[in-house]
Amino acid sequence: MEVSSAEAALSVSASSIRITDVTQDGDVLTFALTSQKLDSSAGVCVFRIYEDFDWLQQSLFSQENLPGLQGIIFPPLPSKALPSQSNTQTKALKQLGFLALGQDWQSYCKALEFYLQQVAAHPTLCKCKALDSFLFNSESPGKQRGRKGIFNRLSQAVEEMRKESHKDVDNFFQNERNKNTNLAALSKVATEKLLDVVMTEQKLALACGHFSTSLHLCVNQDDASAVAFSKVCLKLSDVIEAVKRNLEKVASNNLSTLGLGLDLESRYQEAEKEMLFRRTCKLIELETVKKGTEKAKANKREVLEAFQKAVEKEFNLISSVAKQEIERFHSSHVNVLKNFLIGWCEVQLNTAKEFAELYSQHLEACRNMYSE
Amino acid sequence: MSLCHFYPSLVIKFFRVCVCVCVELKMAASSERSPPPFPDSEEPELLEDSDEGADAFTGTSISEMDSPSPDSTRPPKDIFNEPPEDIFSDPLSNINSEPQKKVDAKIPSPSSDEAVDLFSDPLDDDSEVMSSPEVQNPMPDLLNEPVEAPKSDVLGEPPVHRDAARQQDVFEDPPKSSSKSSSVKKAASSEMFGDDDDDEDLFKEPPKVVTKKPQPSGPPVDVFTEVKSDVKVKPQVKDDPTDLFAEEALTAPAPKPSAGSSSSRTNGVHSEEQDLFSEATVELSLDSPRNDRKNKDAVKPSVSAPAAPVASSSSKAPSKTLKELEEEESEDKFDLNISITNPEKVGDGMNAYMAYKVSTQTSLTMFRSKTFTVRRRFSDFLGLFEKLSEKHSQNGYLIPPPPEKSILGMTKVKVGKEDPSSAEFVERRRAALERYLQRVVSHPSLLQDPDVREFLEKEELPRAVSTQALSGAGFLKMLNKATDAVSKMTIKMNEQDVWFDEKIQDVENEEQHLRKLHVMVESLVNHRKELSGNTAVFAKSVAMLGSSEDNTALSRALSQLAEVEDRIEQLHQEQASNDFFTFSELLADYIRLLGAVRGCFDQRMKAWQRWQDAENMLQKKREAEAKLLWANKPDKLQQAKDEITEWEAKVTQYEREFERISATVRKEVIRFDKEKARDFNRQVIKYLESLLHSQQQLIKYWDAFLPEAKAIV
Repeated sequence: MEVSSAEAALSVSASSIRITDVTQDGDVLTFALTSQKLDSSAGVCVFRIYEDFDWLQQSLFSQENLPGLQGIIFPPLPSKALPSQSNTQTKALKQLGFLALGQDWQSYCKALEFYLQQVAAHPTLCKCKALDSFLFNSESPGKQRGRKGIFNRLSQAVEEMRKESHKDVDNFFQNERNKNTNLAALSKVATEKLLDVVMTEQKLALACGHFSTSLHLCVNQDDASAVAFSKVCLKLSDVIEAVKRNLEKVASNNLSTLGLGLDLESRYQEAEKEMLFRRTCKLIELETVKKGTEKAKANKREVLEAFQKAVEKEFNLISSVAKQEIERFHSSHVNVLKNFLIGWCEVQLNTAKEFAELYSQHLEACRNMYSE
Repeated sequence: MSLCHFYPSLVIKFFRVCVCVCVELKMAASSERSPPPFPDSEEPELLEDSDEGADAFTGTSISEMDSPSPDSTRPPKDIFNEPPEDIFSDPLSNINSEPQKKVDAKIPSPSSDEAVDLFSDPLDDDSEVMSSPEVQNPMPDLLNEPVEAPKSDVLGEPPVHRDAARQQDVFEDPPKSSSKSSSVKKAASSEMFGDDDDDEDLFKEPPKVVTKKPQPSGPPVDVFTEVKSDVKVKPQVKDDPTDLFAEEALTAPAPKPSAGSSSSRTNGVHSEEQDLFSEATVELSLDSPRNDRKNKDAVKPSVSAPAAPVASSSSKAPSKTLKELEEEESEDKFDLNISITNPEKVGDGMNAYMAYKVSTQTSLTMFRSKTFTVRRRFSDFLGLFEKLSEKHSQNGYLIPPPPEKSILGMTKVKVGKEDPSSAEFVERRRAALERYLQRVVSHPSLLQDPDVREFLEKEELPRAVSTQALSGAGFLKMLNKATDAVSKMTIKMNEQDVWFDEKIQDVENEEQHLRKLHVMVESLVNHRKELSGNTAVFAKSVAMLGSSEDNTALSRALSQLAEVEDRIEQLHQEQASNDFFTFSELLADYIRLLGAVRGCFDQRMKAWQRWQDAENMLQKKREAEAKLLWANKPDKLQQAKDEITEWEAKVTQYEREFERISATVRKEVIRFDKEKARDFNRQVIKYLESLLHSQQQLIKYWDAFLPEAKAIV
């Protein structure tokens, strides 16, 4: 633990962080995490549970001595997955969306991995000691319960309605807030809709599977014509099986590329929203202080003015950090979406080509069947 | 076969046998069958015929025919005391009577008895005829025409056997002349009448043969079915009042008389004729498509098919013929395209109905032209089905069932203006009707039915009535009820034929499987629709996201993505309807068809039941005789003996009929299975094509989108 110092923060390459394995024990998912320090070729492997991730996130929130912390857009941590409860499938879907799909929590792992990479790639957050401890310490850091995060989602929710609509002093932020609200909602909807598509594809694949299996019922070897009919049925069964695989593939393509991308996008928009909200809170605080100072009696004015200055300074700092963060976020979000889109397009294209080939083979076989 | 050259004498022989059997035969009954007075125009032709012997007798035969037909006045006999099936069974029982038996026995060695050839292998005779023109006239007549015609003559004029041949000629001519009058094309055939070797012409010109056939088949059908069919035939034949068949048709329309006439015909010995006759017609209709295609080499193994039911006593014969038939059918080059288009709402309010354009494109010469179009409404389709099942289902034929009536769907169409669901309903029904018609015409026997032709060709159809009861759910219910009733019988029936035993089980299993599959496909289609809807929503939200994005490149890419998703939605929609029309409807069709298959099994079961009942009755009669013997009552003994003979004949006849139906059903089921495999394969190919198309479109879309994504800065 002592090994990692402040300057060692950049010692890990963000892209080397991988979640290589996940094991489920009852309700607990344990993730195997590998990463590589820049100065060594040796990889480090640690095991982490969700609480560790949560601890890391809280640690990031509660860093001390970091001016303008509240202006940072924290990479969003996916919410906790609850495996193994029989009736959780629909619940999990509601809560996690895409991350609940996929075999063996693959997409959930991908999302966590992406979270870590984003943290490690962040110019400010990567300096946090908690990250090093999280990545390299073989002991689970989650046990040392971090302080309750200062940004409590619950309290935020209560205040949100009141403060969200507060008019901003800065046009840039006002615009950004409007756009963010818009985009956050839209990307959420888009994610949900894509999720619906994927779910339907899976259902359809399942229906194809049933159909394909049932076709075997018609197989009968009694006489020549029955054999001919059976052949057709088996062929059709194969074809439907292929359709099923096609649908499964398309569904998993959607899930692993665009689905994850849109999910990330929508969570990042939420993160930005939170940051903007924190700034708005600060702004409201500043305005309250200002009002108080104006009304204050002369004897107290001095103290209050000093306080107001401090708040104003803090607010300005937050605003400037926020501005940088927003710039950074915009470019990175375009990039991330671009990569997901390209990846998506390519896999879908490959799948389509692969199955076009397969179908034409089947077609050939079918045509030959009766020309014999 | 070469024996056929002597056929005149053979025919005579055969008829003599018949006559012997039917010594007590009623002249009246025969005369009823006999034609109306011959038109002068026809007579010259008759006289021109090469067969002199026949000529000599024409006069007498004509006079015979002239005798009024008292048939209608005749009181219906036992045939009518029993349900309609009996009408059919009765004739057969007569068939089984002694003379027939003889024939059967001789079938294995046809050379021994020409008469057998005549009746068991009509087509073979045809071939003979072709090879030896001089002999032709009588023979082809026999074959082309309902056999009954000659018979009746024979029966009517026992002493003059040779007349039979002549008579046949007489009978053959009318249809031709009628066809002539009906269409210009057929006029050409009229020339044939002048020639002394009509038959050659007949066979050299397949179209004529084909066109002719349906007509003879019309009247026979009348005999067996009811008034309706008679009415149908009437318009065609009417033109020629001198026509034998026209006469019949004219008498037929009166509903009860026709029934009466048929009954009188079936009475006693006469019914025998009908059996032969019915058989002949059935076989002819079966064979005719083949004739059409292969008339050049007229010697067809398939020709033995007619023999099969009659001579089914030898177990090998039927199976062999079945195989041959299969081969025949696999060679089918079927050139008849039917499409149904332009569904159109006619009328307003609750009296509105949808009319569909039925377009036919064919090179089959049985139709008047290569392409023609008629407008039909849904009840017409139901009416067609009704007519077909009335005529053919008791013979064990598989009549493709039409789509069900949907009161809900139709009401929507009537009430709603431009509702997408009602448009879907109309399209669905249109496609279902199209498949239904295609199935009907692809059935070689049904294609020959005059009603089918009329349905496709004729401008105006009489409005089909009382289709309500038979349509849709009602029909299915009825079918199921019948099936249930029969399934109870199944327990009693110890199935001797392993093939049927297994097949009945198979069909039941298959129906369940298909129902299951149908449910699956339905859910598949629903999911696909859901996917399409979700994709559309997603596309919309992506578009919104794109419009609020600051980065221009990203914004652009997102709106492009929205477009891509919109197109993908279209693809899903198409795929959903492909899923639906290729599988869901296909399965629904086959579930219905399997119901029809079960109907065939039921018909067979009924025939079996009848046979068994007759067997029991015979047993009782024998016991009664034994009692009488014991009681020493010679006066009643003779009557008892007569009854025993009668019932023995019936038993044999019912047994034959059962075997005949069994053979037909078996053939039909084999054909059905074959069609099914072919149909499914076609659909799978279609489905794969649609899948492939979708993927190719996807590739296109993604290919176009990729540079957009890469262009984001």
